[in-house]
Amino acid sequence: MSLLKLEQVHVGYGGIKAVKGIDLEVNAGELVTLIGANGAGKTTTLKAIVGLLKPSEGRVMYDGNNIVGQPSHAIAAKGLVLVPEGRGVFPSLTIEENLQMGAYIRNDRDGIAADIEHKFSLFPRLKERAKQTAGTLSGGEQQMLAISRALMAKPKLLLLDEPSMGLAPIMVQKIFEVVRDVSKSGVTILLIEQNARLALQISQRGYVMDGGLITLAGESADLLSNPKVREAYLGEG
Amino acid sequence: MDTFIQQLINGLTLGCVYAVVALGYTMVYGIIQLINFAHGEVVMIGAMVAFSVITALAGSGMPPVFIVLLATLAAIPVCMAVGYTMERVAYRPLRTAPRLAPLITAIGISIILQHVALMIWSRNNLSFPQIIELKSYHLGSSETSATITNIQIAIIVASIAMMIALLMLIYKTRMGIAMRATSQNPQVAGLMGININTVISMTFMIGAALGAIAGVMVGSYYGIANYTMGFMLGLKAFSAAVLGGIGNLGGAVLGGLLIGLIEALGAGYMGDITNVCFLNGFLPGFANMCDTNPNGSLFGSNYKDVYAFIVLILVLVFRPSGLLGERVGDRA
Repeated sequence: MSLLKLEQVHVGYGGIKAVKGIDLEVNAGELVTLIGANGAGKTTTLKAIVGLLKPSEGRVMYDGNNIVGQPSHAIAAKGLVLVPEGRGVFPSLTIEENLQMGAYIRNDRDGIAADIEHKFSLFPRLKERAKQTAGTLSGGEQQMLAISRALMAKPKLLLLDEPSMGLAPIMVQKIFEVVRDVSKSGVTILLIEQNARLALQISQRGYVMDGGLITLAGESADLLSNPKVREAYLGEG
Repeated sequence: MDTFIQQLINGLTLGCVYAVVALGYTMVYGIIQLINFAHGEVVMIGAMVAFSVITALAGSGMPPVFIVLLATLAAIPVCMAVGYTMERVAYRPLRTAPRLAPLITAIGISIILQHVALMIWSRNNLSFPQIIELKSYHLGSSETSATITNIQIAIIVASIAMMIALLMLIYKTRMGIAMRATSQNPQVAGLMGININTVISMTFMIGAALGAIAGVMVGSYYGIANYTMGFMLGLKAFSAAVLGGIGNLGGAVLGGLLIGLIEALGAGYMGDITNVCFLNGFLPGFANMCDTNPNGSLFGSNYKDVYAFIVLILVLVFRPSGLLGERVGDRA
């Protein structure tokens, strides 16, 4: 069953169309990736899904309902949570407070406290620095925090916007491991990445976006061996 | 020495009021980077509502403290409603507009509120009925030692209590954390499910509630209210917020106390410092002035309103980020 379904979505900024009619589907339990070059329209697509931008045409069906036009806080409350590009941690809030804000839509105090402890057990580095402000963390640690914070909302669908961007290679590996583990724990994920190889390696299905359109779609394994993808996105050919 | 202590007490009282008003400026600035120039008028409306309630109940035989409490309880919701409405009607539609538009709107709101108050409460100075008997307590054994009045004590205690309550709210509650999150990154706060419109409304209402209490305090301290009183008070509190570092809560408190002290000490001592009659013997030309008034000074306590603005100018020139403010990039 599809949890998220984009139907002929168009999005523009002023007069410029960044997304020119795309169809995209994410089924419950899947890890789907959307790859493409800079400026292909990937981030715009995500922003349109979570209500930061309003599509000019098309429908965004989430859990059977069209969510176009709803404010982003209402969409988040339905369990559709985005980890934005550049991480977006609250720099002057402590790590613990950042995690609490992730759970803003929940009301179960005890459950929240237990979940924070759980995140700390996954990322001991965050526990060590729980009372420090998030701005003091390294880029990779901030990404761990951003993902942990999003998971605090107990999302049904997690959207990740270039989680590996700007990180050291060893950190990139680690982030992809985390994403895979989160997926295995049962969270549905739509992952946007420029690092096409790693994204296709951990995902089940993939979409390739170029110039505001979906140019290729299919099983990730097939895309990995597709000559066009190899040439354009994997630096081979 | 007694005079100095007396001025310290007066300055501290005044500073507490400025601090409470400055908190309202700084909270709003912290969350939407708007200088809400109409905040002084919220304080004025608080004083006016309190005046009406106190006047109406003055002869009722109720205990005076109870009447003042009722007046405060009446002023708070009125001011919160004013704060909520101005944000909802005037500032929210301009949230994505260039900075200058909401700033000018704020000045417009300030003028509108003054004139609404003028229509309701007239243009006269309104004298608060003296329902609370003023008691002075000497701080020393001698008759000339500095005194502190019961109203001053009440203002200082109430201000400190409010500041502590506000800090608890901002740093310990979920709403407070959401406020800080929104001030740092409203877009991401929305992605966490925080309704930033609610948070911004709350910020305006909390600031207005503090303003209401400040209005009651100012009214009872000076015993007088007037529809223009919010203007000067607002500007001084704004100067205090800038001195402390606008957007910084601790800065608003520090700035408020400093402005209060500077004003009181300035009013108390500037006359002596600028008394130039001792030059009479050395330089000609002072004779006229000093013969008619041997205590004649260049600046006296009638210049008390100047000090806050001298401080404001100095801060803007030498340390625009304020005492506790972080250095932020150029903001229009």
